[in-house]
Amino acid sequence: MTALLSRLDRLGLAFLAATLICAILVPLLALAVPRGSAFAIPPYVVALLGKYMCYAILALALDLVWGYCGILSLGHGAFFALGGYAMGMYLMRQIGARGVYANPLLPDFMVFLNWKELPLAWWGFHSFAYAGLMAMLVPGLLAFAFGWFAFRSRVTGVYLSIITQALTYALKLAFFRNDFGFGGNNGLTDFKDILGFNVQSDATRAALFSISALTLALCFLLAKAIVGSKYGKALIAVRDAESRVRFLGYRVENYKLLVFVVSAVIAGVAGALYVPQVGIINPSEFDPANSIEAVIWVAVGGRGTLVGAALGAIVVNFAKTYFTGAFPEYWLFALGGLFVLVTLFLPKGLLGLVRARAARKPAAASAPAAAPAPAPAESA
Amino acid sequence: MRAAYREKPHVMNIARLFAALVFLCCASLARADALDDTLAKFLDNKFARTEQAVGELAASGAANAPAILDALGDNRLLIDPVGRVLVYQTAAGDVLNAKTGEKLAGVDVDSFKKVRVNNALRNAIQAALGALTLANPDPAKRIEAAEAVFKSRDVKALPALEAQLAKESDSRAAAALRQARAAILALDAKAPKSDRLAALAALRERGDQDAQSLIDEVAAKTDDPALKNAAQAALAAIKTRLAMWDAAQNVWYGLSAASVLLLAAIGLAITFGVMGVINMAHGEMVMLGAYATFVVQSALPPSLSEWSLAIALPIAFLVSGCVGVVLERCVIQFLYGRPLETLLATWGVSLILQQAVRTIFGANNRQVYAPKFMSGGVEVGGLSITTGRLWIIALAILVFVALQLALRVTPFGLRMRAVTQNRRMAAAMGVSTGRIDMFAFGLGSGIAGVTGVALSQIDNVSPNLGQGYIIDSFMVVVLGGVGNLWGTALGALTLGLANKLLEPVIGAVLGKILLLVLIILFIQKRPRGLFALKGRALEA
Repeated sequence: MTALLSRLDRLGLAFLAATLICAILVPLLALAVPRGSAFAIPPYVVALLGKYMCYAILALALDLVWGYCGILSLGHGAFFALGGYAMGMYLMRQIGARGVYANPLLPDFMVFLNWKELPLAWWGFHSFAYAGLMAMLVPGLLAFAFGWFAFRSRVTGVYLSIITQALTYALKLAFFRNDFGFGGNNGLTDFKDILGFNVQSDATRAALFSISALTLALCFLLAKAIVGSKYGKALIAVRDAESRVRFLGYRVENYKLLVFVVSAVIAGVAGALYVPQVGIINPSEFDPANSIEAVIWVAVGGRGTLVGAALGAIVVNFAKTYFTGAFPEYWLFALGGLFVLVTLFLPKGLLGLVRARAARKPAAASAPAAAPAPAPAESA
Repeated sequence: MRAAYREKPHVMNIARLFAALVFLCCASLARADALDDTLAKFLDNKFARTEQAVGELAASGAANAPAILDALGDNRLLIDPVGRVLVYQTAAGDVLNAKTGEKLAGVDVDSFKKVRVNNALRNAIQAALGALTLANPDPAKRIEAAEAVFKSRDVKALPALEAQLAKESDSRAAAALRQARAAILALDAKAPKSDRLAALAALRERGDQDAQSLIDEVAAKTDDPALKNAAQAALAAIKTRLAMWDAAQNVWYGLSAASVLLLAAIGLAITFGVMGVINMAHGEMVMLGAYATFVVQSALPPSLSEWSLAIALPIAFLVSGCVGVVLERCVIQFLYGRPLETLLATWGVSLILQQAVRTIFGANNRQVYAPKFMSGGVEVGGLSITTGRLWIIALAILVFVALQLALRVTPFGLRMRAVTQNRRMAAAMGVSTGRIDMFAFGLGSGIAGVTGVALSQIDNVSPNLGQGYIIDSFMVVVLGGVGNLWGTALGALTLGLANKLLEPVIGAVLGKILLLVLIILFIQKRPRGLFALKGRALEA
């Protein structure tokens, strides 16, 4: 751990510190400071911030595959949503007999569909540990199966992006069906409590936020550990010149597969944290548009930086919250413009911009000490 | 076309004889004195006699028979007790002599007695009126009436049916009449067995769902083994036939879906082939084409409304094509060599276009009407074919052929193919790749606009129109590869047919999921699609 921390640059340390401070400060301000005080954080803001944290984790996962391995996945929303469904199923079963139909075993929608017994896929979800495991296992297995096929047959670049998009689209269609067994188009909602605590209460919200922030910090450390290792160096090499790496004797598909699975698991965790905080999960989470939106968070923050991806998710979503409230008409213009402008003018994202500024100042003062690192070429 | 009706010779002779007898009988009834007799039966005002009179009146085919029957059913047929004259009151209140149709002035309607009717009589009147329309001078009306008889299977309509059949000149009306007669005879336990067998054969020829349920009834009711066997054989034959038509119908749906897919995907395939760029805003180009149609229809005077789509086609092509060229010049050319970034940028453009259209035209669906020549449909045997879909298939073929020609024959097409195959080599040979990119993108987007005109006819014209097609068109391109347009056509055909043939078996959604999974598996085998360009490049 200390070895890892010592490897972090100043920015990484600052990010880690900021996340941890948030994890402590936000619950404090939300719970301990009396309402009406200028520093008090209203409960809905806590839930909102918690949501941003989950998005930041998702962006981190995406940056790991796109920024460091050149795999532009347009289906990461699917892993996120699968993790969310796993958690949603746990929360559904916690409702127990408090549902509208007061069935102790079956969730309301199953009673409504006139089902007599719990489907196999729902077994075990009364246990939090099992649900948590599934939230990681299911996205991981899907990513493994998908990546196994895709990477071995060298489906790359745009083709891979389109196929990942088709994957999430297919899942969306499947989850929309009532007989698929996961609540159809209404999804899962009306949750009551998690581990015995009321999901709606302020204290639970604050705790969930803290857990999300801590998870973000942990995932960040994990991602840093991966990209800093020898394995990570090979990943970057795959991104920049896949064929050359293959000719050097590396099994490129295995490198890609591992990072893809890890990324999917992280996305699943993000989804699992997301659902109790927003209180609903439905098939629209599988919408391809969501996955593409997640990609733009990474692009705005700066791909291949990890910190940038997380910040990008928070900045873009903050802007979304503001715009959809203040000028609902113009949010799509803003988002669309963001896509175009960032790809055209900010290929390295906001973080790249900041770094370029920082690099210019010392360069102006003294002669350039080292040649700037060559920009990674897109391999696709 | 339905096969002509055929009978075994001896049955034919009997039928002819029977028809001739009935014809003679009717002819004699049609004489004036016979009509007098018939009308006199009404005067008795007894249910049994009235029913007889209704039947005779219907068979007589007298000109004023429908009016009299109508009046009877509405309690407007009256008896003048003084002169024992049958009169009827029209709906407007005029009193007319039933036989001559003369208008009677200054009569006291209240003193007249109504000819009584009961429910049984009302049914008889309905049947009689149906029989009378069988004799309508308009063949279409006759067919309609025959179909009504076919459905009601009223034995009372038989004489009228036979009478009309004997003098029927229109072949389609005759077929409909024969089928109606067969429907009655097949179920009539009192009819001679040979007639019933002939009727079953006729129903078997008809071979649709109505005939099926009818024969089902015959098979259930009859005890005669010969009849039962014939009925069962006919049922089996009809079932196979219906299943075949069903399959044909699904193939038709598949072709129709394939044509839409081809139209939506072919522009995408061009831009992807030439530039290696996936245009995520392609669906929005389609949407712009649909809105262009709406604008054209709103702006055109009503006298030109038949031509609105023909006028909209070039305009939609230009609108979408120009937007495509602007997009290429302002965004995509700067992202050359970064296909993934291009994908994101065009996605952003698609969001902007959607919201722009939503701001200008509103979020609601816009109404685009179909010109007369495109509405309606035709029945070919058991197939129902909508004209609109037929035109869309024609348009898809037209666009495909035109594009093939443009690529094969014109210098522009030659350069475009050169850039598709090897961009750097083409540039070295003096092809201005930048200009080719621009025109190729314009062309692809323009075709999307044309597609929008077609889709405005079968889908809701809303800002989200393009979204529904984009993933499917990607799948077509992925399946077909970018080597040549035949791949796109084959991909569209495969997907369209597979989709529609799977639909009745496992449902629409499951079918779609299965197809997506199959494509994901297919791409393992052929990562560059069916028609991949052959070359020695390491990374295509």
